[in-house]
Amino acid sequence: MKAKQRTTKMIIYILLTGISVIMLVPFAWMLVSSFKMNKDVFTYPIEWWPKQFTTDNYVRIWQEIPLLQYFFNTTKLTVIITMIQLLTSTFAAYAFAKLEFPGKNTLFLAYICTIAMPWQSYMIPQFMIIKKLGLVNTHLSLIILQSFTAFGVFLIRQFYMEIPNEICEAARIDGMSEYGIYAKIMLPLSKPVIATLTIFSFTTVWNDFMGPLIYINSDRLKTIQLGLRSFITEYSSEYSLIMAGSIVALIPILIVFACLQQYFVEGIATTGVKG
Amino acid sequence: MKLLSSRKARNNLVAYSFIAPNFIGYLIFTLIPVFFTLVLSLFDWNAGDQFSFVGIKNYVRMIHNSTFKISFWNTIYYAIGTVPVTMVISLGLAKLLNAPIKGRTAFRSAIFFPHVAAVVAIAAVWNMLFNPDMGPVNMFLKGLGISNPPRWAASTDWAMPVVILASIWRNAGYYMIIYLAGLQGIPYELYEAAKMDGASGWQSFRRITLPMLTPITFFVSIMLTISCFKVFDLIYTMTEGGPGRATNVLVMHIYQSAFTEYKFGYASAVATVLFVLVLVITLIQFRGEKKWANNM
Repeated sequence: MKAKQRTTKMIIYILLTGISVIMLVPFAWMLVSSFKMNKDVFTYPIEWWPKQFTTDNYVRIWQEIPLLQYFFNTTKLTVIITMIQLLTSTFAAYAFAKLEFPGKNTLFLAYICTIAMPWQSYMIPQFMIIKKLGLVNTHLSLIILQSFTAFGVFLIRQFYMEIPNEICEAARIDGMSEYGIYAKIMLPLSKPVIATLTIFSFTTVWNDFMGPLIYINSDRLKTIQLGLRSFITEYSSEYSLIMAGSIVALIPILIVFACLQQYFVEGIATTGVKG
Repeated sequence: MKLLSSRKARNNLVAYSFIAPNFIGYLIFTLIPVFFTLVLSLFDWNAGDQFSFVGIKNYVRMIHNSTFKISFWNTIYYAIGTVPVTMVISLGLAKLLNAPIKGRTAFRSAIFFPHVAAVVAIAAVWNMLFNPDMGPVNMFLKGLGISNPPRWAASTDWAMPVVILASIWRNAGYYMIIYLAGLQGIPYELYEAAKMDGASGWQSFRRITLPMLTPITFFVSIMLTISCFKVFDLIYTMTEGGPGRATNVLVMHIYQSAFTEYKFGYASAVATVLFVLVLVITLIQFRGEKKWANNM
């Protein structure tokens, strides 16, 4: 019996290791290629350690394209959108979870009914509105389109529902205003769900491609995804340079992922299973 | 009495003030656009000041448009290629990871990471790995003695399979996590009891795990199908819908009609099709959820 258990465990380990390798091989190849001379990228059998090791690509990529500007733009959008989303979603979620008012269910239904709708299905009227407002080719267009999501309100409301009403009741009896309860009681309790929404919003905005593709034309306003993409189409045979650019674009996500992945996993589990 | 009602009014006002900042933005940039997609699909608009009502003409044009037909079937092809395989793989992975083994978090992170990696970078590396002439995949296949390996993204027959492969690789980790949460909700006693009755591992998987996971499996299939219907980034960055129209999908068709051909009315008609498709799937989900909620 013991021996059988051990072999099962061995098989699980071998399978998991194999699958993890498959998942990570493209990234490993990307990393190795970024340190190669362009002519060596496709040497076969694959050289997992570059014969002529060079960091040249990482110097050149910053010179060939305004990567720093792209970084700045993307960071700015990510931070602003995430902040607005956190602030307005926690605010609205508090009312939906802890207050009684006429029209509550209808309003909440209005949020729920679009939660699964892909934004691509209503992107054309959005574009009309942005065009009428004269905001095409501005960062503001992306900010106002992405800051108010049903997902954020829903996620945080689910979390607030689990917090006992008695806590709010007691504070009300003590004469605390609703704003006070929100700021002094609910917000401090919401750290985990705020972390979850932050990481979701961060990765969505950082990786967003279609939004900037539609709304941003000027090079100086481009996000890192859009900038990298134009670079790839323009210099399609600069393989090692493209790989270096890709690595640079991945690093911030990798860092956030490494620090907050627990919240990521929990967020998917709760919205997935209970949602 | 009056005091009470004025207090109530004040309380309502406070509640609305909490909701307003988010709701106003949501109303203008989501709810109204959803509604206006349907309206705009009945008009001709080329982004200028001229709107003209054309009735269902855009829909008639759409049905006769060969790119629409190709995009529609390509979307179905992509969904059929992606959904079942992703489900099987992610369930299998979840089952493996649910075992009490060391290094679970590390494995889970490795498998999940492709999901958060930027699609532009992913497309770049996949196109290089699957480069028809020099890429390591084809070099490997040639090494195995296949003299004419597929030309992948450069071939009309193989472009879609390679995109599907990339999407499975990218999504398996995400749905694995949903399945993992589901598996952890199955009471351990059930397996214990089955073991005592002499059930094999496969038997308890078939008789306990699968039935217990039915609601999750259903949910995953719905989410995956919707995500397939809205695919754009991966395909745009890997093949731009090509070669020819071999990987052109619905959202790509909407995008091109609107933002490169400026046929916004027509594009709205195609967007309405996407809308209705997703709506139908969501309604199926609601019905299913009700069913399982009653049974449990």
